[in-house]
Amino acid sequence: MSDTTFAPTYGPVAIPVRELLPWAIFAGLMLMLMIYFVGAEEGATSLIRGTAVHEFVHDGRHLLGFPCH
Amino acid sequence: MVGKLLLRGMLVGLVAGILAFAFARVYGEPQVDKAIAFEEQQAQAAGGAPEPEMVSRATQAGIGLATGVLVYGAALGGLFSLVFAYAYGRLGSLGPRGTSALIALLGFLAVIVVPSLKYPANPPAVGNAETIAYRTELFFIMIVVSIVAMVAAVGLAQRLWNRLGAWNASIVAALAFLVVFALVKAALPDINEVPEDFSATVLWKFRVASLGMQFVLWTVVGLGFGAAVERLVAVRDQRGSARRYA
Repeated sequence: MSDTTFAPTYGPVAIPVRELLPWAIFAGLMLMLMIYFVGAEEGATSLIRGTAVHEFVHDGRHLLGFPCH
Repeated sequence: MVGKLLLRGMLVGLVAGILAFAFARVYGEPQVDKAIAFEEQQAQAAGGAPEPEMVSRATQAGIGLATGVLVYGAALGGLFSLVFAYAYGRLGSLGPRGTSALIALLGFLAVIVVPSLKYPANPPAVGNAETIAYRTELFFIMIVVSIVAMVAAVGLAQRLWNRLGAWNASIVAALAFLVVFALVKAALPDINEVPEDFSATVLWKFRVASLGMQFVLWTVVGLGFGAAVERLVAVRDQRGSARRYA
């Protein structure tokens, strides 16, 4: 016991997976849907009829590197 | 805890999006305009009627571009925070800012740089409309494969850490990643749909602007997120260690 240090050291504490999982699934899905609308809606696939979303985010889609048309 | 990280990640992502939008306005838009001018010239030469403008160019280059980049930035920041929430405390003794910077560096390589070496960004006028589904599919396959390879490489580095030391373990993992990348790059089909007389300068500048924009996004998120959550995470760590030593 003589070499025990009492300096208040602490290291990183990981977040348990069971706490993280619901967030990862629900938030992850919503966030990927956001990227889908910027990157691919009314391009390769389409959930909404027309080309309004495609035309509106057109420049961003090109510059962010997505195949646009 | 995860909710707080998520909120901060999305806010930092929004800030990154604003800066990337400014970057895109200055460096990207001139190239997009030149590419569209080429596209119209080609259409005219072919005798076709000019394409009706559904959304004006000013809207596309202004509020449209801003919306796209800000939504993308916020989503990127949010996903980034979820990866951070998992990685923090699982990458050795790396603190919050170091973890954030490392995820940004590896993420930028895996999600942007490596896939774009195979399927780079294309300006308007480049790309055949009939192959859009096929090209989009390949684009996302490339990103998924690259992310999986990167996660595997990090796992490999961790396994070899104790035996080889940090430096050598990282070098071996990086080499393994490169081998996977080389194989996938060779295996997936090439796409080259650049029109014969499209300006090489415009294409080059457009692609540099596109990469630069992503660089702005990932740098701001990587450095900004670490700064934004440093205190929050430190308080939690302290509590965690207090519980452990109680």
